[in-house]
Amino acid sequence: MSAIRFLVNGAPAEVDVPGMRRLLDVLREELGLTGTKEGCGEGECGACSVLLDGQVVDSCLVPMAQVDGRIVRTVEGLALAARERGALDTLQEAFLTYGAAQCGICTPGMLMAARAYLDGGGGPDHDTIREAIAGNLCRCTGYQKIVGAIAAVAIGAAP
Amino acid sequence: MPSRLAEAYALLAAAPHVPIAGGTDLMVRITGEIGDPPERLLDVSRLPELEGISLETGELVIGAAVTYTDLRRSALCREHLPALVEAAATIGAVQIQNRGTIGGNIANASPAGDILPILLATDARIITGSAAGERVTPAAAFFTAYRRTALASDELILRVRIPLTPGRETRFRKVGTRRAQAISKVVMAVSWRDHGPSAGWSDVRVALGSVAPTPIRAAATEAVLEGARPSPEVVDRAAETLAAELRPIDDVRSTATYRRTVAARILHRILRDAGGW
Repeated sequence: MSAIRFLVNGAPAEVDVPGMRRLLDVLREELGLTGTKEGCGEGECGACSVLLDGQVVDSCLVPMAQVDGRIVRTVEGLALAARERGALDTLQEAFLTYGAAQCGICTPGMLMAARAYLDGGGGPDHDTIREAIAGNLCRCTGYQKIVGAIAAVAIGAAP
Repeated sequence: MPSRLAEAYALLAAAPHVPIAGGTDLMVRITGEIGDPPERLLDVSRLPELEGISLETGELVIGAAVTYTDLRRSALCREHLPALVEAAATIGAVQIQNRGTIGGNIANASPAGDILPILLATDARIITGSAAGERVTPAAAFFTAYRRTALASDELILRVRIPLTPGRETRFRKVGTRRAQAISKVVMAVSWRDHGPSAGWSDVRVALGSVAPTPIRAAATEAVLEGARPSPEVVDRAAETLAAELRPIDDVRSTATYRRTVAARILHRILRDAGGW
């Protein structure tokens, strides 16, 4: 074990955990960031999606040794800039407006995958949005409203 | 977590380690819920020697730690081997493509590894290294048995060299349960050299995954196509030969009959498209 230092949602974090501990577990259990959910634990469902150096990854598949010195962004960090003005991230607002969340377990991961897609310059085309969230399973919504919400943000039509 | 290759070699020489890069296969075993996790892991994600895609003396050289996302974004791959870009795009979804590496696909040696038929079809060579030096193994000799490879316990996979043979065409096709995030039921890469409309094809390769314990080449089918052109008669015969040649199994993902039928149909489609009819 050795100290692993990284940035989470803009703030420095330091944890003393085995290098093979999963990022998902450290976020939830050591740092109390329980917005990130565990679904399958094997990289199929995307519920635990976070951004690692801006790339969307399944945090259940990331060993802590590989997080040292890197930048992690979770759903809790999505609204950081907006929160100062008492608001949510535009994606979160769009998910609310469009009814893109039901039971909610896929929502944090879905938001992070969508954020990576939009930050990468993704547009409102429904097929490319579907590809961008193909690694995120939702068993409630049927995806239409999620795709609609992401497309609305992409064209700047979201609230 | 070594940051220099020599350090990594020394660790491997001292004791067996399982190398880990993107972790998309290995991390699933870490919780111990599906069998014992590996005792010792060697993180190869910070070895610069395993990075990068380049063109060297007529070969596409791809570092073992190159991710599927890197392959999808590579202008070199798009220009020289677009089938590899297509294959990378069918693996998992974005989360997996951002982490999974070509070296991991090779080391894991799953019969369903989607990159592997491309390596077989393009006569790729796999460069491995240890403290004793580097070694070159043709992809066709690398996958020795179910999930077994020619990699020695003190070696790392360093890179892949794919010869860019003039006039070679390569096609890729994967069939899974859905387009994303699916393990292949049948995956195929076909390549050939076209010498113009009046000459037969040469160097025909028909490589498949998910139909045998290792990725394989279909020798009898290749023989039907070698020296021929994709006329309706030849294409029918090649597809029939493939269906007769394959010995797939029934398992959780598919049945032997489905795999044989679909493999023949995919080949038929690829060849028909190549024949322009």
